[in-house]
Amino acid sequence: MLSRLKAKVGSVLLPGDEFCLDTTAKADTISLAGPSKADKVVCGPGLRRSGDRLLAYKSGLLRHKEPNMFWLDAQHKRYVPAKGETVIGIVTAKSGDVFKVDVGGSEQASLSYLAFEGATKRNRPNVQVGDLLFAQLIVANKDMEAELVCVDSAGRANGMGVFGAGGFLFRVSLALARRLLAPNSDLRAELEQLFPCEMVVGMNGRLWVKSSSVRRTLVLANLLESCENMTPAQRRQIFSRLAQGAF
Amino acid sequence: MECTPSAVSLREFGCEQNLLSRPDGSASFTQGDTSVLAAVYGPAEVKVSKEIYDRATLEVIIQPKVGLASVKERAQEQCVRESCEASLLMSLHPRSSLTLVLQELHNDGSLLSCFLNAGCMAMMDAGLPMSCLFCGVTCAIHTDGSIITDPTAAQEAESRALMTFAVGNKERQVMMTSTKGSFSVQEMQQCIAISQAASEKIFSFYRESLRRRYSKSV
Repeated sequence: MLSRLKAKVGSVLLPGDEFCLDTTAKADTISLAGPSKADKVVCGPGLRRSGDRLLAYKSGLLRHKEPNMFWLDAQHKRYVPAKGETVIGIVTAKSGDVFKVDVGGSEQASLSYLAFEGATKRNRPNVQVGDLLFAQLIVANKDMEAELVCVDSAGRANGMGVFGAGGFLFRVSLALARRLLAPNSDLRAELEQLFPCEMVVGMNGRLWVKSSSVRRTLVLANLLESCENMTPAQRRQIFSRLAQGAF
Repeated sequence: MECTPSAVSLREFGCEQNLLSRPDGSASFTQGDTSVLAAVYGPAEVKVSKEIYDRATLEVIIQPKVGLASVKERAQEQCVRESCEASLLMSLHPRSSLTLVLQELHNDGSLLSCFLNAGCMAMMDAGLPMSCLFCGVTCAIHTDGSIITDPTAAQEAESRALMTFAVGNKERQVMMTSTKGSFSVQEMQQCIAISQAASEKIFSFYRESLRRRYSKSV
């Protein structure tokens, strides 16, 4: 089955496409060493096991990472909270010891007021309704309410917390956010050449940018929103025009 | 009567995905002159009175081109909802709501199957988890006994029976049936066989349109 999956890497799968997990019996060669080891496959987003088959439940391109990780790369807009992802949230309510934060999922996530660097019961963090937060999801599954923290496992903020004065928040598709966060992202490299700016990327499809003037901030926002539909060549053309046409 | 995919004639169809900016998924589907626009929102917040503890709540809303939705639209909504619930993996999003809004742009026959096709493409565009795809095929039985697939409005008016089937892409199983008029058991079985053959064309069209969409991504 691993070879059948590898043969399909890079092609589009539709919901309902199945791969049979059964590897016994139908081997071409007779192994003298004993029964062959069962293939172990790690399924990422878009693939799941149903009975004795591997089922694709979304549409997307099949991607592969050595040695045995497979997932579907899809273009979607709606965010579904997943553990460990860093997201931009908007505080919607303060109730008792907990903030209710909107991360774009089907329900609001909760954030304890103690989950900030240097926060104690006496020293409460300065967070108001409507503030932007960069936080990490520590609990996110379909059965429980999502929980966020603004502090890492060692107790340090590490870039998380309240931010947002003077910038602009807008929404992009999840695929563009992932592209910006990829390790060797050429999109990010090209943006760095343009003009200096501050950017916060949330994996829930929210992007916040701030540049030296309001006009530049808006130019960046429009550019990123339109990047999704451009081929790399068109993108480089527009970037070079902007670099010359000096905003 | 031959039941191979090549022997079945369907009107020309076209589809466009992700054309609306606010919904999480959208698609427009045209079959000949019949045209439908579908939009999907979800998984989103659900009212406490409507939430189900272990599955998502699916709501289908059909809007006719002129006037308010009436009993006929409610019946069509029920048909579309049954097909969607059979193919969506609702248990992956408990206590959430999934909304499918279908707007009729022009009706020239086979409207219910056009709703089903547009709904399926919109749900794929939104990324809702589905265990199989489905498509809609309409058959009309003429007064002289001949069976026409994908009839126009004029052909529907002259027919003595009209049937719409939702066919899934796993072993071409029939997921939903909606019929009008009088017909025999043999005629219905013939129509089912023809619809299953026609669904091959529609599924290969889905695959081709998705392949084109992803071929442009970087």
